[in-house]
Amino acid sequence: MSVVTVQLGQCGNQIGQELFDVISNDSNDARTCSPRAQGKAYHACSQERFFNEEASGDPSARAVLIDMEPKVITRTIATAAKSGRWKYGEQSFFCQKQGSGNNWANGFRVHGPRHQEAMGDLVRREVERCDRLAGILTMMSVAGGTGSGVGTYVTQCLRDDYPHTFILNQLTWPYCTGEVIVQNYNSVLTLSHLYQYSDAILVHENDAVHRICAQLMNIKHISFSDVNKVIAHQLGSVLQPAHTGHTHSQYSRNPMGELMSSLVCHPEYKLLSLCTIPQMASSSLPYSAFFWPGLLKHLRQMLICSARMEEGIDWQVRAPSVGQGAAETRGIRELGFNTSLANLLILRGKDVSSADTGGFLDPALYCPWLPAEGAISTWRSPLPFNKYEKSATLVSNSQSLLKPLDHMVGKAWNMFASRAYIHQYTKFGISEEDFLDCFTCLEQVISSYRYL
Amino acid sequence: MTQSIVVQVGQCGNQVGCRFWDLALREHAHVNKKGIYDEALSSFFRNVDTRRSDGEGCDIAGGKIRSLKARAVLVDMEEGVVNEILQGPLRDVFDSTQLITDVSGSGNNWATGHRVYGSAYSERIVERVRRAAERCDCLQCFFLIHSMGGGTGSGLGSRVLNLLEDEFPEVCRIVTAVYPSAEDDVITSPYNSVLAMRELTEHADCVLPVENQSLVDIVNKIRHMAHSGKPGCVIRKDSTLISGQGGVTGAAKPFDAMNNIVANLLLNLTSSARFEGSLNMDLNEITMNLVPFPRLHYLVSSLTPLYTLADVNIPTRRLDQMFTDAFSKEHQLIRADPKHSLYLACALMVRGNVQVSDLRRNIERLKPSLHFVSWNQEGWKTGLCSVPPVGHSHSLLALANNTCVKPTFMELRERFMKLYRKKAHLHHYLHVEGMEQGCFTEALSSLSSLIEEYSQLDATKTLLLPDASRLSIAT
Repeated sequence: MSVVTVQLGQCGNQIGQELFDVISNDSNDARTCSPRAQGKAYHACSQERFFNEEASGDPSARAVLIDMEPKVITRTIATAAKSGRWKYGEQSFFCQKQGSGNNWANGFRVHGPRHQEAMGDLVRREVERCDRLAGILTMMSVAGGTGSGVGTYVTQCLRDDYPHTFILNQLTWPYCTGEVIVQNYNSVLTLSHLYQYSDAILVHENDAVHRICAQLMNIKHISFSDVNKVIAHQLGSVLQPAHTGHTHSQYSRNPMGELMSSLVCHPEYKLLSLCTIPQMASSSLPYSAFFWPGLLKHLRQMLICSARMEEGIDWQVRAPSVGQGAAETRGIRELGFNTSLANLLILRGKDVSSADTGGFLDPALYCPWLPAEGAISTWRSPLPFNKYEKSATLVSNSQSLLKPLDHMVGKAWNMFASRAYIHQYTKFGISEEDFLDCFTCLEQVISSYRYL
Repeated sequence: MTQSIVVQVGQCGNQVGCRFWDLALREHAHVNKKGIYDEALSSFFRNVDTRRSDGEGCDIAGGKIRSLKARAVLVDMEEGVVNEILQGPLRDVFDSTQLITDVSGSGNNWATGHRVYGSAYSERIVERVRRAAERCDCLQCFFLIHSMGGGTGSGLGSRVLNLLEDEFPEVCRIVTAVYPSAEDDVITSPYNSVLAMRELTEHADCVLPVENQSLVDIVNKIRHMAHSGKPGCVIRKDSTLISGQGGVTGAAKPFDAMNNIVANLLLNLTSSARFEGSLNMDLNEITMNLVPFPRLHYLVSSLTPLYTLADVNIPTRRLDQMFTDAFSKEHQLIRADPKHSLYLACALMVRGNVQVSDLRRNIERLKPSLHFVSWNQEGWKTGLCSVPPVGHSHSLLALANNTCVKPTFMELRERFMKLYRKKAHLHHYLHVEGMEQGCFTEALSSLSSLIEEYSQLDATKTLLLPDASRLSIAT
């Protein structure tokens, strides 16, 4: 089953290229490691999922690149071709001459509809080359104009064109201290619209990834390329083949469907966050050894206190014990305890079958109206991922994104109260009522997550 | 990739424009070693085969560079400046279809420029601009360069702005306006400036005001550094903000040093639109992010570093120093101190070998000392372009929408009132067909209301405004 990736805007295209790089490297590594048969099966499954076999030359990615101006796409395609292991299809991109100017309304109301047919054709072509479609992954940022505006429009069209296909939106949230001044408006508009069309929204925050680069990977001068590599690593660990609950000997044929059904059980709760352990500088990898109990213990605590990396975890936060009164439980929740709706653990590496995930079965971690056994799923793969001998990834539908979301909506609301920049949006057909609708939708989402 | 057209009006506009084209050629020559006509070049230049029999030559896309022609329209009501350009080394960059000249000038009279020449030449101007626009694949922006104190630049320049808005409403208009200093030698410059300001406030998408006095101060600072003779302080000659070395034109003329600064401003502004980087910032993003309310579109700019030291053994000035300098009042291109006024929005365009972590670190470091308006506490727009300017390994352009322009405007109004109260020189203006006293009062009230809007925002500077109360949802 294949996944078609749609890369939108500068961020989406840059991360997409890193993602395919990670996937290609990892599956090539798997081919050469032992046991041979397993490695070859992994490689074959990954190739089928993400690449088209070309008659001659390198495999081409099952991807569509969309941007409203040409510089980034040109660079992305060139970088991929230079790798010598994979490339993008020659006709798989769509670009225009002039960007969206960081204006969501421009992307959604002008560029999106204008180029709907061309972009739709490109996606259809990729979809038709798949034997069976597992789902569509869209990659974009929420701060800019094209990724957010055109990306939202494209998702809407994809939902109309492929009503039975799973759509996973991977979003990158910008630095809180600002990359784009109207980023909060663009984010609010994007999230409120996407909530209607998307099946699940997987979020990466630049701030969190930046901290991982700084503290765990010890990179002195962090560039966007470093940030993108970390995001690609985390995404790759979710998307690469794994044995899911149902198929123990074969790799899952329906990765996106299983992801959705494990995590998104209620349409009000679609926000997913990711954390991976361990994350370290590649130069330190050969000298480190990890053990499953330690990794899983850290990961569990990271879940409970909403940490995104294994340094600076607050071990004081503890799950409420079963049988505690409601008032005490609420007290513990105030202290930063992160309640989950559902979790998905993906374990990759040596001795993975011996890893004990019991810590995640604790009903105290979850909200009371779901049975705990249904709320946790585990996928395993015995092969190392991206040179990490053992790695564990947690995809979580929990309150961990509540604070950044609340912060973002608060800032946007403040700016809206003074009507700053609104004239730039009304110029393209987004009225103040549209803004109010979006705010209402997101306040509802915030409220749902807060009272989990 | 988009194209931009430069419209230079009046003596100041044309002289600055001339420096701009010289430095643009220098920058592209530095980057484009293979002589291929690429997308970056096409944003300001056309590639033309001049061997064809029709005088104009046809455009060639891609391939080797044959002959570059600037995407520009040169307008002046007296011939001296434009003739000088056409006889100088830049003559091949312009062809006769891009020029509009007359003989007698505007006599430092806004009304003559705006009404008399405006009406006489409006059709020709539109036709020239339209021809230039037709040769563009995707026109994004008009750059208008003129002074505010004279007659042609401010009068005809603001008329051109009107025409551009009428004929090309979707194309963004960025005006580089050179404001007269207090010691300006043109007596009627306050009248001209205030009358032109009204047009700028109504019709421009964004204005980059520049003051002559600030440019003089920066030039002096660089010259002082260059001649200080201290060991280890030798500057690379082609790296200073005022140098035209390596360009086409030879010996420098008097205002060249100052005009080079403005030319560098425009080059840095468009660098991210022309060259690639890890976080691109296009021209329409500048107007989107820096203009929260339609009339408040005056952006204070500063360029750093001013020069690079020639001696490579000395450790390069720390990157952080470059960021600190960008906010100091000595580096601003108008006489203003943004640090002590209120920021509505700020954009940082970095070129060269700078990473996102350096940018973040400096923003964190500088933020506590700056005052941002309450609803835009994190009001930063950032862009990273990987190609540095000639002679530097990195550089920074800071654009601020800041209430520090208010004192400049208030001073302008003061000077205007001094003359207007006595009705001095008014008859020169009122003699022109179509001008009446009403024009003056309207222009004055436009300026006053602009100042009032900035004052209201200033008043919120020290107040701790509570966050707007959020929508409440029934649970």
